[in-house]
Amino acid sequence: MQKRLLLNNKHLSITISRLCHQLIENHQAFENTVLIGLQPKGVYLAERIKSKLEEIIQKPIEIGYLDITFYRDDFRRREEPLTPNETKIPFIIEDKNVILIDDVLYTGRSVKSAMDAMSAFGRPAKVEFLALIDRIHSRHIPVEANYIGKQVNTVFSQKVLVELTEQGKKEDKIWLIDKSKS
Amino acid sequence: MSQLSSKHLLGIKDLTREDIQLIFETADNFKDVINRPIKKVPSLRDITIANVFFENSTRTKLSFELAEKRLSADVINFSASGSSVKKGETLLDTVNNILAMKVDMIVMRHSSPGAPHFLSNHINANIVNAGDGTHEHPTQALLDTYSMRERVGDLEGKNVAIIGDIIHSRVALSNIFALQKLGANVMICGPATLVPKYISSFGVKVVSDVRQALEWCDIANVLRIQLERQQIKYFPSLREYSLYFGVNKQLLDSLNKEIVIMHPGPINRGVELTSDVADSHHSIILDQVENGVATRMAVLYLLASVA
Repeated sequence: MQKRLLLNNKHLSITISRLCHQLIENHQAFENTVLIGLQPKGVYLAERIKSKLEEIIQKPIEIGYLDITFYRDDFRRREEPLTPNETKIPFIIEDKNVILIDDVLYTGRSVKSAMDAMSAFGRPAKVEFLALIDRIHSRHIPVEANYIGKQVNTVFSQKVLVELTEQGKKEDKIWLIDKSKS
Repeated sequence: MSQLSSKHLLGIKDLTREDIQLIFETADNFKDVINRPIKKVPSLRDITIANVFFENSTRTKLSFELAEKRLSADVINFSASGSSVKKGETLLDTVNNILAMKVDMIVMRHSSPGAPHFLSNHINANIVNAGDGTHEHPTQALLDTYSMRERVGDLEGKNVAIIGDIIHSRVALSNIFALQKLGANVMICGPATLVPKYISSFGVKVVSDVRQALEWCDIANVLRIQLERQQIKYFPSLREYSLYFGVNKQLLDSLNKEIVIMHPGPINRGVELTSDVADSHHSIILDQVENGVATRMAVLYLLASVA
């Protein structure tokens, strides 16, 4: 298996900082905007973005966690059922601007499922999507991110592995792994 | 582990402790879903489920139907009364006809113990036992133990008394299996005529004094007197039963301890439980009903993913 480092600790921090400034450009003081991280790793990322944003704008920002397990379109098509995670959206999303956050954008199916799952909580005014890694030329459905950390061109046999300190790792590392090579 | 060890839910006896834990963890998520403004997820969108009830039922049937609809399954309902069963059609023929309509799962209640087990040897669809005679009622035991866990935490080492008509109950047997798999201690209490002689072979304590049972237990699961199943007189009168085996407020107050009261319903008010107990803070009867939908959603979801 071959591994190529896409982002290290320092680059990830710079990337998150840049993404936060892009968000502030469009959402100013976040008066009517909330963050929703997709379980599991989008949540870690969303928490980091929330902390950084709060540090910059000096105001609290609302955050929620969304699990999409029951909304996936590949249920019964996988070897094993996926274990669901917690969904925690402690605010009303009706007429709010929602920024969905995930670690990797690949086929686009997770984002579609997330939008289905989100509709159980109301009708947002506007939804945007932030992805840390965008695997370009790999979409199954027409979904694109509004905010992108890093774009990478990948093939089917490759996988993006996100390792964050929140998972108990020593340091943050985002890898591109080639599964076909041993 | 994220998959059940069996493609059917025929009884608690066949489940592992890990299976039960997985069902509980999945039910936690479904409980969250059914408390949202939109109480529906699309997980079973392409699945057709037949509720085949050869015996009367209100809450189990409603609970299953609601669970299926909340998972977006297509649902058909079949009741033996008013069907071709009355014309002499066999169980297998009835079910095969239903399956020919491309049904993926069958939820079945039958008066004969072992009916769902028999069916599982002949058909391919996933089968959920919704009660087979006086044998097992696995989803009731799951929702009961889930509700206990929700109220008192981990059941390891907890004392649970099952009080009442044990001999005619399918809930009792499934509860005993589930509680023991989860590490709880079980006591059975009832009049000698309503407690089967073999019950102590399951490793449960047996007493006939309701006060003794209540003093011992953290949770009392009080069962209904199933008058409709009683061909002979098992006790002199309902009044005498309620006097010796009924749970009332005076009795609970005299214990001077916190105790959880459960009942699978429907309650014979004033017989097994007085109204002031059934509606008191001790009672988690309505939680049991709510949790019934969540645990059944979990069972259906997990079974649908086992080929």
